[in-house]
Amino acid sequence: MNAKDNVAVAITELKASTIVEIGPGQAQGKLPLLDHIPFGHKFALEPIRMGETVVKYGQEIGMASQAIARGEHVHTHNLESRRGRGDWERPRR
Amino acid sequence: MSFQGYRRPDDSVGVRNYVLVMPSVVCANTVVQNIGRELPEVVALTHQHGCDQIGEDLAQTQRTLVGLGRNPNVAAALVVGLGCETLSAESLASEIAEVGKRVQLVTIQEEGGSLKAQEKGMKLAQQLLQEAARYQRVECDAGELVMGTQCGASDACSGITANPALGVASDLLVEAGGTVILSETMEFIGAEHLLAERAADTWVKGDIYRIVSRFEEKARGMGVDIRGAQPTPGNMAGGITTIEEKSLGCIYKGGTSKIREVVEYGQRSTQRGLVVMDTPGNDVESLAGMVGGGAQVLVFTTGRGTPVGSPIAPVIKAASNSTVYLSMLDNMDINAGTILEGKESLEEVGRRIFREVMQVASGKLTRAEVLGHREFSLNRIGPTL
Repeated sequence: MNAKDNVAVAITELKASTIVEIGPGQAQGKLPLLDHIPFGHKFALEPIRMGETVVKYGQEIGMASQAIARGEHVHTHNLESRRGRGDWERPRR
Repeated sequence: MSFQGYRRPDDSVGVRNYVLVMPSVVCANTVVQNIGRELPEVVALTHQHGCDQIGEDLAQTQRTLVGLGRNPNVAAALVVGLGCETLSAESLASEIAEVGKRVQLVTIQEEGGSLKAQEKGMKLAQQLLQEAARYQRVECDAGELVMGTQCGASDACSGITANPALGVASDLLVEAGGTVILSETMEFIGAEHLLAERAADTWVKGDIYRIVSRFEEKARGMGVDIRGAQPTPGNMAGGITTIEEKSLGCIYKGGTSKIREVVEYGQRSTQRGLVVMDTPGNDVESLAGMVGGGAQVLVFTTGRGTPVGSPIAPVIKAASNSTVYLSMLDNMDINAGTILEGKESLEEVGRRIFREVMQVASGKLTRAEVLGHREFSLNRIGPTL
């Protein structure tokens, strides 16, 4: 959706090993999907290292909690928020 | 651009012509409900509050209830009190009446019990209904509308179709001189810098950061990851992973105008144009806050599908994808899923939403109204004592 994005959204359900055409705007070319991507879900446009920022709408949407391969499903198992993380602090009493 | 509305004594314009029957305190709910059962033409609103509240929490409840009574869609109001509550029924009634509206008051302890209060309340409500019937629709300017925006039960399409399309409609209303409320502070987290860039001045900019950090601090103070609740399980099933991602899609609803003011929950803005209201992401509480702040019409986008309505203002539903539009057709007014299918542009759907707002303002019933959806709950920010 934005040239800076490192993920894209499937606007139709996509089966694993489907080859999707990327672009224009993003890293153009053919991208084989490693996972099944449900409608509305995201997949990686490029390899993303653990701890690296995930970008959608040209903006940060969180960080990779593990390494993500190009074409992999990006969701709660490998992407997490940096915001609203009360679990990173000691609860106040 | 004009619509047919009800001109009130304070020169505001209603898009509906309701007689509101409302308790000052939870203890009066049953009397209110009984009046509503006998006189189905009234809007009988109940809530859980009005006693054992203090400080800003009490002030917020009172401000919002006064705002609901003052909402231009309300022609006249009957307040039902108990007599010993913290939130005084007399002050609630008199504050609503300050805008020149007809308001009546019944107090259960003074009348000598529920049955007598109910009997008197019914007579008063009947008179108010007759008086309200004298209002006729007249031609009004689109600039007199306050439109509340909401997204709920969102999916990943919400940020691609329905929300940006609603943003187009928001820009059109602002251009016409009207007011748009962007709400849901929870769903600014991670996108507040983009809103702050559009602040009309440094005060507004500071207010945007202030309400977001206040909200995030409160959530973080619970010592947990907010992912337990935000995004919701339904959001996640729909492809939204993080609150930042949800927020970036959420803020499109407000369009691209400058942000003129930041108001508290249930507070009326002093500015026209795009304003921000500090409400929670909870749809029903957020809608109630915006209606308390004077919104006559609400547009609600959804990707998973929600039936929610509001007792005082019509709620227009815009589906983010055709699948949910078709599967929950009973609840949906607009399909923005056509954008994904390449059948319509964002601009075209945005214009369609704007036209729908004008038609609903002139009296066309929304699906939520037809089905009788009148969900209502008030946001609380303090303890019950």
